[in-house]
Amino acid sequence: MHGFANPARFLRLARWLTPLTLGLGLVVASLALAWGLFMAPADRLQGDTVRILFVHVPAVWLGMAGWMTIAIASLVELVWRHPLAGIAARAAAVPGAFYTALGLATGSIWGRPAWGTWWVWDGRLTSFLVLLFLYFAYIALSDAASRDGGNGRVAAIFGLVGAINIPIINRSVVWWNSLHQPPSITAGKSAMDAAFLWPLLAAAIGFSLIFGAVVLMRMRAILANQQAEARLRRKAAE
Amino acid sequence: MREALDHWPFIVAAYTLGVVGTVVMIGWSWLAMRRAEARRERSRER
Repeated sequence: MHGFANPARFLRLARWLTPLTLGLGLVVASLALAWGLFMAPADRLQGDTVRILFVHVPAVWLGMAGWMTIAIASLVELVWRHPLAGIAARAAAVPGAFYTALGLATGSIWGRPAWGTWWVWDGRLTSFLVLLFLYFAYIALSDAASRDGGNGRVAAIFGLVGAINIPIINRSVVWWNSLHQPPSITAGKSAMDAAFLWPLLAAAIGFSLIFGAVVLMRMRAILANQQAEARLRRKAAE
Repeated sequence: MREALDHWPFIVAAYTLGVVGTVVMIGWSWLAMRRAEARRERSRER
């Protein structure tokens, strides 16, 4: 793992990994969405609205996975001072915030026909909204640090501390009464019928690959900007 | 008696948000990457 902390080695790897993950992700996600939209059956109780599951669940999963990426990369940055760890954390913030917002929006759209309301202030929805605000704060902190030439330690500590919200989101439907259903998929077990489970897994894999490709693209952008700025500073000093 | 809610406008709205949002995010990240890498190349040539 330490070997990939070298920016030159990372760039060699990322050049072929970016189009591969992006292409594969687009194909798998498109097929999964078409499967969910046209081939999966309507649910006995929810009818056709169950099809929103194939967009909503991957978005929610990536919103939480995005913050876990930030937390793990921040830990690596703080403990081992890997040069790429801070860049990886910053690169995961915007796609993580996007999928969190998408999870909230699709959940609200699903809530109207399923619950009869767009929004309720219960544990799950509120803790997930808090996650979106945490993303905004992290993006502001890390942008300010990079603009002012700081080392990003404050953003890294914030990324670690903010991870406390992830288990709260995960357990919120168990701890508090909610309109939101309890978890259908837990470690090694699923209460979901195979007709929904397989397209859902395909959508989660497809969107995760797209998320990975976007993180790689954003890491390459941050790295290229840093290298250009360092080169210009060196030339100005000569 | 209340009229049953048509589910399809909700499904179409959720899928449109997911697909259009993802495409915009990919396009924005790709453009940012290409611009930054072009900037690095220009700084090498100067």
